[in-house]
Amino acid sequence: MKDLGRIGFSEDQATLLEVATDFCHRRSPVATVRRLMEDELGHDPAVWAEMGDLGWLGVAIPEAYGGSGLGLAEVVPLVEQMGRRLMAGPFVSTTLAAQALLAAGTEAQKLEHLPRIADGEAATVALGEPDTDWEPDSIAASAVRGADGRLALSGRKVLVTDAGIARRLIVAVRLDGAPALVLLTPEDLPEGALRRETVIDETRRSFSLALDGITVAADRLLDPERAGAALEHLHLAANLLAAADMVGGTQACIDYTLDYLRTRTQFGKLIGSYQALKHPIVDAYTRYEQARSHLYSAAHCFNEQGTGEIAVRMSKASADVAYSFAADRSIQFHGGFGFTWDCDAQLYRRRAIWHAAQFGDAAFHRRKLARLLL
Amino acid sequence: MSDIDPKDLAAFAEQADAWFAENVVRDPGFMLPLTFMEVGTDQQFHFLRDWQNRVWEAGYLGAAWPKAYGGGGLPQAFQAAATRAMRKHHGPIMLNAIGINWAGPLILEMGTEAQKAAYLKGILSAEDIWCQGFSEPGHGSDLGSAQTRAVRNGDHYVVNGSKIWTTLGRYAKYMILLARTDPSTERKYDGLSFFLMPMKAPGIETVPIRKLTGEHGFTQTFFTDAKAPAEGLVGPEGGGWKVAMRTLEYERGARGGQAGGYVSVGANAFDVFELARRTKRGGRPVLDDPLVADEMVGFLMEIQALQLNGQRTQVPELIADRPQGIPLASKLMGTEMSRRLNDFAVRLTGARGAYYVDDPDAVDNGLWARNYLNSFSATIGGGTSQIQANIVGEHVLGLPKS
Repeated sequence: MKDLGRIGFSEDQATLLEVATDFCHRRSPVATVRRLMEDELGHDPAVWAEMGDLGWLGVAIPEAYGGSGLGLAEVVPLVEQMGRRLMAGPFVSTTLAAQALLAAGTEAQKLEHLPRIADGEAATVALGEPDTDWEPDSIAASAVRGADGRLALSGRKVLVTDAGIARRLIVAVRLDGAPALVLLTPEDLPEGALRRETVIDETRRSFSLALDGITVAADRLLDPERAGAALEHLHLAANLLAAADMVGGTQACIDYTLDYLRTRTQFGKLIGSYQALKHPIVDAYTRYEQARSHLYSAAHCFNEQGTGEIAVRMSKASADVAYSFAADRSIQFHGGFGFTWDCDAQLYRRRAIWHAAQFGDAAFHRRKLARLLL
Repeated sequence: MSDIDPKDLAAFAEQADAWFAENVVRDPGFMLPLTFMEVGTDQQFHFLRDWQNRVWEAGYLGAAWPKAYGGGGLPQAFQAAATRAMRKHHGPIMLNAIGINWAGPLILEMGTEAQKAAYLKGILSAEDIWCQGFSEPGHGSDLGSAQTRAVRNGDHYVVNGSKIWTTLGRYAKYMILLARTDPSTERKYDGLSFFLMPMKAPGIETVPIRKLTGEHGFTQTFFTDAKAPAEGLVGPEGGGWKVAMRTLEYERGARGGQAGGYVSVGANAFDVFELARRTKRGGRPVLDDPLVADEMVGFLMEIQALQLNGQRTQVPELIADRPQGIPLASKLMGTEMSRRLNDFAVRLTGARGAYYVDDPDAVDNGLWARNYLNSFSATIGGGTSQIQANIVGEHVLGLPKS
């Protein structure tokens, strides 16, 4: 049997977990989450600035490029706590863009862009396409080299998070038949290239990006030799951070449901005393603990060849099952209130569905694991 | 505990590895029980008792118990290393499970000096086999309603009633017994007392129970004016419920202090995985079926999660929100997974799942069906999964009592 991963926890992870637990709790109460859902921008710029001041945007960026030189293992507790508080903002999008640059950027590109990202300039990755099967190299959008050396883009990317505020967009296209990554800035985008999408998770700002008519200079191309590996890396990084968000959300969703089961009375008894509700919430809880264990194994082993991929896929698959079940039961156990907009259970359920639809659901990752393990 | 010299620990682990490599008997010539709950023949009993005794004499059981009571006086890490070596070389189970895993740690924690001196060494050496008298025919999960009576009479109590599911009852020299010393208390729990009870005494009869597998292993124990010495009380008279609850924490592995080794060798997901890899249906590997493969992956994820859960409890920051959560839920998670896994294993064998132990066409001599049927001993014994879910719901998640 292959090495499936193990728990390890660094002092930096512990420190960041403690700080993030407190910060996200204070800065993202659910009333704020709901207010920002209605807001066009969708997040609080002051909170974003504070994250920058805390150094969170540079956690996984080497010191040479303005970061603190830790890794995604240390980003995981941050995102877990953001997910727990349903926090909005471009943190994960920006982190993934930095990962793309680190994995495939030229030295000049890294020196130019990474310090700005570490400093708090939002960025994002444009990976998804309308008919994706979640495989990182399933790319229909394309780039063609013109006579002048410039790259002419075409096609459409979808579910591009935070594209409305991103100062840099790393776009996956096909160039000369192979996957490639191109860096765009808002100035490259013609009027109307971005369309805000209506997505199930209303805490999120997501856009489709029409590439037709966009041309950029050749120096916007990331190293084509490393683009394929970078896409694999981004796929796993995106799933790791999604799992972190989901595990945090699962915990909060269970706590939210427990509050109701401990205070709501029917037929003269607190409803949490009924085993028909008690036992399923225990099920949800045990799935949560398993998902959290998978998460911190995936964080710890992320950089290990082979084991990292196994642990990440296990983490995303178990987080999907745990979150979906906990939130589905949360709606049900709130009864009539659960059917209303005002019950927070729907916020968790919607966020779980969003994550399952992004970068592969539980069945997708189990299928990949079957190929890796069996 | 003083700091451990890693060199000492490594040397100890190496010795243990060599000892088990040399001393584990590959094939005793008869079927060994998979768990301490199904020791059905004298041949099995004597083999396993001798095995435990040799492991203890070599220093690989009770290594972390105090020297004064037969232990090795070493840090827990040494026992853990010995247990790892035992497992690596597929050593048979430790027979005296109730003694080493829950009666022993309980006596170490709550027993009198005289009790510790009298009982602990015999537990480790397997000279004194222990059994447990908690459940009654009318009260399985509802332990607090136990009706077996113990009436004080001078220096002893007179015991009448019956206990059921007494594992090793036929062989046991002592029983940890929960009995009612006062039937008139307002709360039923306040009338219970906890005894260390001699079994080889007049008025005690054990009757074998045949299990769903067809094998023996449990007994029902009948008490007719049997004498329980008063010095065998653990805790005060009327304080037995608290002691019993602490015992269950040891039994369920929610509290450490066990002597070491393991008391069951049920199949894990990796064994079932090995079965899946060599199983063919219609000439094709069964794992080529995507539905079977998906289920197999699910079990590998689950067993990995349970192992990671155990590792995570060693990181205080990662269990800060509910420190007792994983320990209190581990029996529920582990036993339920094992039951479903063994059911999956039977289904893997396809048409041959119809055979049972000893048929020449049965896969692995019917091991998987026997495993599956036996797996209920763990989802029912020591508190059913439904009781475990109540415990997790109430003590971990803070829900009101059912």
